[in-house]
Amino acid sequence: MSVYTPQTIEEAVELLATHPDAMLLSGGTDFMVEVNFNHRKPTEVVSTKAINELKVWDVDHSSHTVFIGAGVTYSTIEATEIAEVVPALAEASRTVGSPQIRAAGTLGGNLGTCSPAGDTLPVLAALEARIVIASPGSHREVAFADFMVGAKKNSLRSGEMVVGVSLPIVRGWQGYAKVGVRNAMVISIASACLVRDDVDDSVKVALGSVGPTIIRAHDAEAWWKDQTVPRSKEMFAEFGARCALEAKPITDHRSTADYRRHAVKVLCARLAARSSSR
Amino acid sequence: MSENQIYTLTINGAEREVRDSWVGESLLYVLRERLGLPGAKGACEQGECGSCTVMVDGSAVCSCLVLAASAVSSDIVTVEGLSPDGSLTDVQESFIQHGAVQCGFCTPGLIVAIHNLLDENPSPSELQVKEAISGNICRCTGYGRIFAAVQDVIATRSA
Ligand SMILES: Cc1cc2nc3c(=O)[nH]c(=O)nc-3n(C[C@H](O)[C@H](O)[C@H](O)COP(=O)(O)OP(=O)(O)OC[C@H]3O[C@@H](n4cnc5c(N)ncnc54)[C@H](O)[C@@H]3O)c2cc1C
Ligand code: FES
Ligand code: FES
Repeated sequence: MSVYTPQTIEEAVELLATHPDAMLLSGGTDFMVEVNFNHRKPTEVVSTKAINELKVWDVDHSSHTVFIGAGVTYSTIEATEIAEVVPALAEASRTVGSPQIRAAGTLGGNLGTCSPAGDTLPVLAALEARIVIASPGSHREVAFADFMVGAKKNSLRSGEMVVGVSLPIVRGWQGYAKVGVRNAMVISIASACLVRDDVDDSVKVALGSVGPTIIRAHDAEAWWKDQTVPRSKEMFAEFGARCALEAKPITDHRSTADYRRHAVKVLCARLAARSSSR
Repeated sequence: MSENQIYTLTINGAEREVRDSWVGESLLYVLRERLGLPGAKGACEQGECGSCTVMVDGSAVCSCLVLAASAVSSDIVTVEGLSPDGSLTDVQESFIQHGAVQCGFCTPGLIVAIHNLLDENPSPSELQVKEAISGNICRCTGYGRIFAAVQDVIATRSA
């Protein structure tokens, strides 16, 4: 019955390797809800709190990439240079919970939980983030699409932890939108992230809460690329409808599948219109 | 690396030893049930209501979501410790004056959240005040008197 507070990533993964029952704890905003409701009964905990290496971010303008450590909180993402280089991630972070939740909750925890409603995940999917993973003595990187493999399932192996994510800095508009019952403290019913790349006028769209994993609307993206007519209201509506066709929503306590599909249509049309009204 | 069985928390500037606890206990539970600090209230225990808000290392967080044994070496301030000599703070006085308290269950969490806001931003807009307490649920007052109390503190502090 112990709580370990390692100072480095290497120490943390060593602990995970030598204590197979140990659970990782970051901001606690998912972890402790499960503990308080007896859904999780930790015997050994490895807290990431004292690992300063996880709380860093690094904007590299020469390689057009940004690295964000797993221990970076939502309130940090909202208030730092990260918000300038990946505005969609800041918008998504801004929608999480309440100030108290955003002060504690981390990007790494969102990836650890890997809920289809996780607000940063559509952004990571649309930007084709690389997830950086550590295990004793080694590092590996996987594409986001290979990291999230199901509802609340990621491809971490035992003894591994997320160190951070590596994202491209894309020139062009990007945004995140979500539907829920109110503005604050709401888990999304449907969400979408849209990223425009000015270099080739391509678009990338990822949908949250409408399938077991985050869904990339590849067909709608390809359709967008084929359009030669100037962007119009009709085109945005058609684009939204095409995105909705790619959603795989279910009915649950938060919403019906039909409403979710409708919400995807509206959100994607709206994001497309916003992206063009620069 | 450290193993905690008996551990020590730093709360309102004092070191407090926690004994015989289970590893999964929340800071809220330890404050209330083990250390005799009942200021922070427990209602939802899932981060939704904010009645358990305390300061940990300078940020207002839900103490129900902090694993107590992981908060060793953190600086914890509860509603009891906002004023060093135990007297009422200006925010607390203003709540009383404006009748911003009915059942009082939400009050300690609101007081901590509002102190945190005003420490970071002495002249918040009305929207910023609303945003800052969007994680603190009050079922009684309808918030009108709470906003009035906060506006009064802002005005008095800037006078
Ligand atoms: C009231 C409330 C509102 C919320 N609202 C939202 C919302 O609007 N949107 C949203 O997306 N989420 C929301 N959440 C969920 C939660 O805040 C997020 O998922 C958050 O990102 C979790 O991060 P954490 O640091 O608190 O993780 P923790 O709770 O510490 O951990 C979560 C999981 O990830 C694992 N983990 C932690 N760190 C790592 C790591 N470095 N590598 C691998 N695994 C790791 C843990 O073992 C655990 O399984 C809400 C939660 C609450 C309580
Ligand atoms: S008891 Fe902690 S937020 Fe409700
Ligand atoms: S005064 Fe009763 S909940 Fe706020």
